[in-house]
Amino acid sequence: MIEALHYTFFQNAIIAAILVSIASGIIGSLIVVNKMSFLTGGIAHSSYGGIGLAIFLGLPIFWGATFFALMGALIIAFISFKQRERIDVFIGLVWAVGMAIGVVFVDLTPGYHGDLLSYLFGSILAVSKSDLIFMAILTLVILFFIHRYYREILAISYDSTYASLKGINAKLFFTLILVFASLTIVAAIKVVGLILVIALMTIPTYIAEDLSNSLYEMMIKSSIISITFTLSGLFLSYKFDLTSGAAIILISAAFFLLYLAFKHFFIK
Amino acid sequence: MKNKLIEVKNLSFFYEKELVLENISFEINKGDFFAITGPNGGGKSTLIQLLLGILPLQQGKIVYHNLSKDDIGYVPQNSNFNLDFPITVLDVVMMGNGTKHQNHFFFNVKYSSFEIACAKESLKKVGMESFLHRTISKLSGGQRQRVFIARALCSHPKLLILDEPTSNIDAKGQKEIFTLLKELNKTMTILIVTHDLGVISNYANKVLYLNQKGYMHDLTTLNFSIKEKEHFCEVELMQMLGKEND
Ligand SMILES: Nc1ncnc2c1ncn2[C@@H]1O[C@H](COP(=O)(O)OP(=O)(O)OP(=O)(O)O)[C@@H](O)[C@H]1O
Ligand SMILES: [Mg+2]
Repeated sequence: MIEALHYTFFQNAIIAAILVSIASGIIGSLIVVNKMSFLTGGIAHSSYGGIGLAIFLGLPIFWGATFFALMGALIIAFISFKQRERIDVFIGLVWAVGMAIGVVFVDLTPGYHGDLLSYLFGSILAVSKSDLIFMAILTLVILFFIHRYYREILAISYDSTYASLKGINAKLFFTLILVFASLTIVAAIKVVGLILVIALMTIPTYIAEDLSNSLYEMMIKSSIISITFTLSGLFLSYKFDLTSGAAIILISAAFFLLYLAFKHFFIK
Repeated sequence: MKNKLIEVKNLSFFYEKELVLENISFEINKGDFFAITGPNGGGKSTLIQLLLGILPLQQGKIVYHNLSKDDIGYVPQNSNFNLDFPITVLDVVMMGNGTKHQNHFFFNVKYSSFEIACAKESLKKVGMESFLHRTISKLSGGQRQRVFIARALCSHPKLLILDEPTSNIDAKGQKEIFTLLKELNKTMTILIVTHDLGVISNYANKVLYLNQKGYMHDLTTLNFSIKEKEHFCEVELMQMLGKEND
């Protein structure tokens, strides 16, 4: 096991796991307290359209996924400001249409696409240097955003009407949260794949919320829990040659059940 | 020229095509304990949101005299939202200040000792000083409502607007909140939406009956006992509802 630590690819995987866990711990917390899990699912799945299109055009898949995830986020943000009541219908639409576009473009591209599975279920042992740079920049920007604008973010998340009354631009901050969510999703696709990305962003967060008295505490705890899950999953995935996303999510789910059982039997 | 604070002139408001407020006019003076009452759906919350600028003005005028947005404290109708949100009493109260005291370039998570002192002062007024670091979900409905009043007091408002602050609160809690409002009324103007005619006759000097149309009454001109006032308010309200049914 220890010898793995000497390999560059494994070191990269560890760094990727930590960076993505911090980003998803923070953004996942915002998604959960703002009750936007379904919305984030929509953004994640719409990025498949970009993956399919990139394969079809022979472009870098990363850019295709990023473009579609960002577009998905902006479309959903725009519609949710206009049509709050029926937003779930539109999220479902973005979700399904994104997937469908991806499937159709992959169909239209001749040849076998083995690497497609790695986008669906993650391939953390194959992160590249440029992936790492993207993850590092994203995490730094998110850390800055959250510390600089913590009060605004807290206010719009808890009570957006009141925040607006106090002169905070709620729409701008919601849009920014969605943009960061879509970029975090793209980063997390490397680690757990787009099918499982919602689980990575919500399971640690759910536990953290339970253990926290403030949003900031929740973000920190959620990041730490997420690091624990992704690193454990990473080692399992290396040791038994498993798909990283599946290993990470199963570890998370196992911890989650243990936590619920512990809570049930020992608290109250 | 009395001490006018807000003048509302010929205000009308539609949601889509539904007329909710029709040609409402009234004024609020400095020091008033101003009550708004009327049936559910009568347009009370809509009127409040127009006064606060949350909803855009469509027809009519609202004139503020020496009153900026920062001079208005607001306690919304329902504070029982987002109960599992991890947030402390201090965080909620500090929201009342907006982002006024936030001047760090990078780290705006912690509050300065000046801000904490300010939050404590507001909480003291509502008797919740010792709950500063408590999570909001672990408070009773009445305690939570006090925290929301403290949030509104945080920016030292000249006018405090409360939309049904005592729904979901037991009789004892209600009495405490109104006693508190009476005390606050010594230093600020109060505008309150309530269905409780007993409260109106006890505390308010003016009342606006609102059911799409509105009538304002100055209760101080009546030479009545509190019980008689309450009866009077009831008759007025009934009359208005009766008129609407015709
Ligand atoms: N956002 C909205 N969109 C469309 N119609 C609305 C909206 N908010 C309120 N209404 C309608 O406007 C009318 C007045 O609502 P409002 O909330 O102002 O009443 P209210 O007097 O505060 O009632 P309550 O005593 O129940 O709080 C109601 O008929 C309501 O259905
Ligand atoms: Mg109302």
